[in-house]
Amino acid sequence: MDAHYKLRIMRPEHTALYSVGSMDSQPVRFILNGRLVSAAGVDPHVSLLQYLREELRLTGSKEGCAEGDCGACTVVMGELDHLAGSGRVGLKPINACIRQLPTLDGKAIFTVEGLTAGNGSLHPVQQALADGHGSQCGFCTPGFVMSLFALYKNTPQPTRQQAIEALSGNLCRCTGYRPILDAAQAMLAIKAPVDDAASLDAWLREKAASAEALPHAGERALAAALAAISRSDDFSYESDAVTFHAPRSIASFSRLAQAHLEAWILAGGTDVGLWINKALQSARTILYTGAVRGLDTIEEKANRVEIGAAVTLEDAFHALNRHYPEFAHVWLRFASVPIRSSGTLGGNIANGSPIGDAMPLLIALGSEVVLRLGDATRTLPLEDLYLDYKKQARAPGEWVERVRIPRRAAGIALAAYKNAKRNEQDISAVCFAIALQREGTAVRSARISLGGMAGIPKRARLTEAALTGKPWNERTVRAAMAAMAEDFQPLSDMRATAGYRLRVAQNLLLRFFHETSSAPAGGAAASGASIETRVL
Amino acid sequence: MNASLSTSTIGGGAGESLRHESAILQVGGTARYADDMPEPAGTLHAAFGVSAHAHARIKRIDLSGVRAYPGVVDVLTYADIPGDNNYGGIKHDDPLLAETLLEYQGQPIFLVLAETHHAARRAARRASIEVEVLPAILSIEDALDQQSFIAPTRTLTQGDAAAAIRQAPHRITGRTRCGGQDHFYLEGQIAFAFPEEEGHVRVLSSTQHPTEVQHIVAHALGCASHRVQVECRRMGGGFGGKESQPALLAALAAIAALKTGRAVKLRLDRDDDMVITGKRHPFLFDYEVGFDYTGRILGANFMLASNCGYSSDLSGPVNDRAICHVDNAYFLEHISIRNFQCKTHTVSNTAFRGFGGPQGMFVIEHAIDCIARQLGLDALDVRRVNYYGNGSAGTTPIGAVAQADRNRTPYGQTIEDNILLPITRELEASSDYRARRVALKAQNAASPIIKRGLALTPVKFGISFNATHFNQAGALVNLYSDGSVLLNHGGTEMGQGLHTKVVQVVARELGIAIEQVRVTATDTSKVPNTSATAASSGSDLNGMAAKDACRQLKARLAAHVARLWSVNPDAVQFAGGMVSAGSHTMQFAELAHKAWFARISLSAQGFYSTPKIHWDRAKLQGRPFYYFAYGVACTQVAVDTLTGEMRIERADILHDAGTSLNPALDIGQVEGGFIQGAGWLTSEELCWDAKGRLTTHAPSTYKIPTAADVPAIFKVKLVESRPNVEDTIYRSKAVGEPPLMLALSVYHAIRDAVASVADYRAAPQLDAPATPEAILNAVEGLRTASTNVSLT
Repeated sequence: MDAHYKLRIMRPEHTALYSVGSMDSQPVRFILNGRLVSAAGVDPHVSLLQYLREELRLTGSKEGCAEGDCGACTVVMGELDHLAGSGRVGLKPINACIRQLPTLDGKAIFTVEGLTAGNGSLHPVQQALADGHGSQCGFCTPGFVMSLFALYKNTPQPTRQQAIEALSGNLCRCTGYRPILDAAQAMLAIKAPVDDAASLDAWLREKAASAEALPHAGERALAAALAAISRSDDFSYESDAVTFHAPRSIASFSRLAQAHLEAWILAGGTDVGLWINKALQSARTILYTGAVRGLDTIEEKANRVEIGAAVTLEDAFHALNRHYPEFAHVWLRFASVPIRSSGTLGGNIANGSPIGDAMPLLIALGSEVVLRLGDATRTLPLEDLYLDYKKQARAPGEWVERVRIPRRAAGIALAAYKNAKRNEQDISAVCFAIALQREGTAVRSARISLGGMAGIPKRARLTEAALTGKPWNERTVRAAMAAMAEDFQPLSDMRATAGYRLRVAQNLLLRFFHETSSAPAGGAAASGASIETRVL
Repeated sequence: MNASLSTSTIGGGAGESLRHESAILQVGGTARYADDMPEPAGTLHAAFGVSAHAHARIKRIDLSGVRAYPGVVDVLTYADIPGDNNYGGIKHDDPLLAETLLEYQGQPIFLVLAETHHAARRAARRASIEVEVLPAILSIEDALDQQSFIAPTRTLTQGDAAAAIRQAPHRITGRTRCGGQDHFYLEGQIAFAFPEEEGHVRVLSSTQHPTEVQHIVAHALGCASHRVQVECRRMGGGFGGKESQPALLAALAAIAALKTGRAVKLRLDRDDDMVITGKRHPFLFDYEVGFDYTGRILGANFMLASNCGYSSDLSGPVNDRAICHVDNAYFLEHISIRNFQCKTHTVSNTAFRGFGGPQGMFVIEHAIDCIARQLGLDALDVRRVNYYGNGSAGTTPIGAVAQADRNRTPYGQTIEDNILLPITRELEASSDYRARRVALKAQNAASPIIKRGLALTPVKFGISFNATHFNQAGALVNLYSDGSVLLNHGGTEMGQGLHTKVVQVVARELGIAIEQVRVTATDTSKVPNTSATAASSGSDLNGMAAKDACRQLKARLAAHVARLWSVNPDAVQFAGGMVSAGSHTMQFAELAHKAWFARISLSAQGFYSTPKIHWDRAKLQGRPFYYFAYGVACTQVAVDTLTGEMRIERADILHDAGTSLNPALDIGQVEGGFIQGAGWLTSEELCWDAKGRLTTHAPSTYKIPTAADVPAIFKVKLVESRPNVEDTIYRSKAVGEPPLMLALSVYHAIRDAVASVADYRAAPQLDAPATPEAILNAVEGLRTASTNVSLT
């Protein structure tokens, strides 16, 4: 057994493996492939990928796009998972290219270099890809390895569909994906190298075991190491005249937000990463939501679910799915696993993009957003947060603390549809969500909200009015479709023309009608079988 | 170690499915690409400052803000280029850095050199450039109107198309188009230049064409080629995008390295790469076809207009290949093809897998689909009745030539290796095409929203560079005295597995294990004057050159061992790591050592030039292709008629690789090519705004297929027991490009699904790419009007 393959968890007081730059502020500490890294003197805008490739010369992770869309930079992040239990570590793939280095303080990172044993033995994920002809040019391969590694750990026996979903954030231009999907299903049959009791693999393998299984020493060791570098006090990191604040409390965060009106509020970095990499912008002060206690919670209350601003999109949709499984279609087409594992629901809401996919769903459900300014909070219906393109009803220093989603109303009919040029990981041309209450055969109320149709996520109020109080039949629906043309004057851009957007929005209401009524189009009597309405 | 790697022989019938020679390195993240190479101390990073306008003249340029940016070391403009300010390989119309005239948005104007990549990129935005904006030509239609061309218009005719169309009982006319395509190689363009002594420069270039990069670097430096060394171990994808364009980066990195005396890395950010570099040519087509009631084409008239962008680049050869593939699988007795090479103020379009072939095939397949709709026939039957060599299926062809003569292409080459009819029959049966067609029709009738379509389309693709002189290759095989072999050849590795295949050839020739043969970076100092790794020709050319080198070595070794053993050299065999003759045997490695001791050269330079081919470019006549590669694909799609969204449900493919050198790698080319072609025809849409600015310049807006776009049922097979009739390397066939065009079956399955909304009697008005919006428009167009095809 080669020593390199063994998990080497160092206590933080031990000498760091890598220590770069000056030490005049607290260093960023994280565990890289089982070893502690302590980084200082690195501009807080610097991405994990840049740090890996340029500072540490770990060049396995590649830059393919620098915007989180190709997955060549995918790494796996480990963090203490209190929800899963004490001593548990959650593992998820993230895009290193848009993940700012200081946000990794207290985390574990695994890169492709960490999977190969020192004696050259391949991890089963790597072996399956190599044996199955899953690499051609090989540039995307390290990213696929890491997405598959996360799948290997988190999903014991992935189906083809689960493998496809797990790879939604990885582009390959050579293979046509078939051999990679085959490898995703073959990898579990490949034996890990022998004598791996203490190996990186062994403690991670435990992730795949049932919750009742005794925690493995390996995972426990990593959890202990993560606990040892976790901080209870506010963390500030400064370099290159940029200050990165990672406060631990809501009060502290709110004070900083009020004191630094010009600061960037950083959550998952999935949009901020593009400001840095593509718009070449920079900030003097960055406020990070990711370490604030109380922002990372999902609370099931009597009449609502409350999701804190720092909860990732993946976790938030998981929670939402328990109540509203009809939205799974949008969940699974929303960006990619690495993006959803880093990006937050709060960030999606606060960013307020007209093409963000969460807002139409939340607005259709009648969600409210809790805003905080200093110590004061107020609650707004989510749709009232958005005034106009890039204009919100937030005062300077006021920030999105959490969102409140009402519990399911009895008898409600729901749907959410995403429409885009590509099936997976594409920005919506139109995102459509509806919540309909019927009383007998008539519509009691309807809430319809769309993305991609205006400068903001917007309710279709005239459409709703055209449905309300009317019998739920195709004639009503056609009239409401006509009203939709009054609700929206969409834009034409590279994703779709205005005309297409409007037609699709109208047709999606028709689709919803078909899916909730027993009669197929044309009014012919249903013969028991419902008509097919989706290809995706 | 994989068991299959320990056996080195290639069977007499088919090659072995060895994995890619770099697979282990790739999955471990240790395969090195140009950006991964260790950087010498003081390495500078470069970034382009580019034109913000599609067409403009520079009036004043102020780079002081760029120079003042922290970390900037130098800024280069055209005035810093010691030699030719050009990287056009054929015509001198591609400036490395613009002088005064700007001809596309994204055209490089200056190069910033800074201490970091990020400083260089930021500084590049600090230029102040005053311009006079000029009117821009942005579309093919505008270029045709204004007669804006990069080369003279050409016509290819055979027979009398006008008369044949006039006399035909049926006729269609129409216009269609197909879009461009960004290569989206995962590794963006990069060059890394190292200044050496005496004005020599070494460049690591991600290139399919190291020799051309070497020549252009030398011209730009104004020095002889022997001062420039270009290396490429591997590319992170090429697809044609790294054939002509890497020279731009390499030349400027080399100039910068020699000027500053420091290593210079020029790596394009993805958005910059997409804006600055060329793509597949979009085409506009007009067609007029006369045919009989079986759908047999009697006369056809095609107009092909391509958007070449602002300069020539490889547009001439791309258009040649388009012209030579308008026929695809079909005999066209009376045909006229007019070809316009449009100059527009957009990025200069370039090579892309298929190199004009896909576009040429696009129009004939489109026309055939329209013929079938008009006649109410199954499009497959119309395809078959028009196949080359098929003289029996049609009943009353007007003025038809005898079956034996239905093998002449419009460019004068006679087809001698046609296997389309048998492989079509095989796929038709194995995919259950006929029964599924009946079932889908019934299913569609009962499904008002989701419609399914089916199409089976053929591919016939000519193999060789049209330009005869490119069809040559060299290889260097060095045998060391311990029996290990180091191989270099002129081809480059971009993922296609070329190095693996050539290693297989060498191992087979020398009768040694794969592990005894190592291949290293393609290097202009080892094998000179090579051709681009393009036109699918890599293994055909370089495999043969390596074989030639091995045969030279074997002749020397056999002569020596024959003397030792007193046997006839012809009796000496190389197999299983041994050399033998009768009862004599010796380890190959032992013989290598003995031969070295006896002062016999153990290094051989092999060479190959493709026989039989010739091409008269002026007349568009000759035998440009050594042979043809064939394939057939049957695809089923489901289309949502409310949104236009589409899913590929099933694809069955039968593809011809002759006697495959490596079936696993060849299957990889077929699958990857098919999915890439499907992207070209569906989700990959390039958009420009009214000012000629590319708006789809990143993966967030430009959508190549993902894993979710792979058909749930994907059955890919290589044609069995049909060796190449020509004497290629072990009777294999080239496989890089042809499978891309199998994706035409996806596009035609979509058309079939759309046609179902009007009972299959009218041709949808659907161009490529068939985005959801295009599909929805086609559905609604058919529902409101009955047909776009004029019936005569």
